[in-house]
This record gives sequence, structure tokens and C-alpha cells, in this order.
Amino acid sequence: MKLLYFAWVRERIGKAEEEIDPPAGVATVGELVAWLTKRGEGYAYAFENPQVIRTAIDRNHVRADTRIDGAHEIAFFPPMTGG
Amino acid sequence: MTTTIRLQREAFDVAAEAALLTRGRTDIGAVVTFTGLCRADENGEPIAALTLEHYPDMAEAEIARHVEEARARWPLMGVTVIHRYGRIAPGEVIVLVVTASSHREAAFAAASFLMDYLKTRAPFWKQVEKVSGKIWVDAKAADDAAADRWSAPPPRREAAK
Repeated sequence: MKLLYFAWVRERIGKAEEEIDPPAGVATVGELVAWLTKRGEGYAYAFENPQVIRTAIDRNHVRADTRIDGAHEIAFFPPMTGG
Repeated sequence: MTTTIRLQREAFDVAAEAALLTRGRTDIGAVVTFTGLCRADENGEPIAALTLEHYPDMAEAEIARHVEEARARWPLMGVTVIHRYGRIAPGEVIVLVVTASSHREAAFAAASFLMDYLKTRAPFWKQVEKVSGKIWVDAKAADDAAADRWSAPPPRREAAK
């Protein structure tokens, strides 16, 4: 699946997008965040307060307990500040 | 209903966009336009400009979902939403919401609803350029509270008079 990062999440991780293939035990958004956090310092910094990170699966807002199976594109970003 | 949703880098003409929504129509009795502008300060500190990052496909889809929700709540005849991205200087336009209806209540309420949701649900992020460097703007609790007031059961929709 494709991951997208925006704003300071993108800056901390150091890339805007990547393809990943998480292990079978990673079933929800929250578990994906926990798995990503272990991939390096940038990830750990981006996800240091997981409760503030917002997630979208295939361009729809979702919660941390949402399952990720079948997702094509998962985006992580800070609270939105448009308008 | 006429719906226009645009995400663009360029500035836009507020009066021309509002006129476009009512051109050739005699059933519209109320048009509300909200224009968001870039201020020269953020939390009391001067800024040189702001840069808006966005998630293009989701931003368009999310705005469209909220326009649909506004249409289900109020008897609207037209909606235009334009949101800029990229670098924006103080005094320039950032966002425009235009709502048209037969009477003012629906137009005012729908414009307010759409702006509250754009602030908290549309995937855009502001970064400001201060003397000390570039800083991502923090989300404001007041904006979340403004959006939350619409999550109460919607008013019963009445036919346009």
C-alpha cells in the first residue's frame, strides 16, 4: 500500500510518500503507526504524540481503530489548518 | 443547484465569482460571500507570507462531501468554494465561499457551516514565514468548537419559499 505524509509529518519523516508492505499482525491504523514508529528516528519523531496525528484511508478521514486491509492509500497528517 | 469547487494556486476575483453564480437567474434572493484573507501577523508576530500545503484529491473530495451535506440541510440554489494553495502574501485572498438561496437564512447558515468544516476537516496546512523561521500553524480549539456546533441534529429542511 501507498503511504502519504503531509506538513510536519512529511518533514519529520523526510519523504512525502512511500510504498510499504506491513506484516500480517498490523491490522489497524493504530497498529500501523506503532509499526512505523519503529522504523527510525524520523518516524518516531513524527508519531511521538500519536493522538494528534490524523489519518485518511483512500481520501476519507478514519480513526485509529479502523482496519487497514484493502486500503490503497493511507495518509498521515497534523490537524488541519485551512480556510 | 450550481456547484463550483476549485483548488488553485492563483488569486481570484471575489465579485466576479459571486456574479457568476447568479448570472441569468431571477429565483435567487440571497447571496452570501465569505472571503478569507492572509493577515500580516500570526499570534501577534509579523509574517512575510504563508504557504498552504494540501492533499489535492482528498481536499476536493472532502469539500464536495460538505457541499453535499450543506445542500441536504438548506435549500440552496448555488455554492462556490475556491481554496488557494502555495505561497500567499498578506492582503491576498486565501479562500472564498459563496452560497445562494431564495432567502438569507439558508445562505448565511450554509456559508458558516462550510467555512467551519473547511477549517477543521479539509486537508490543508498553513505554514507562516516569521523572522525566526518557518512555522506550521497550530490547529485552534476554537475552530474545532465552531465545527462541533453543526454536529447536533440538523434542522428540518423546509422547501424554498
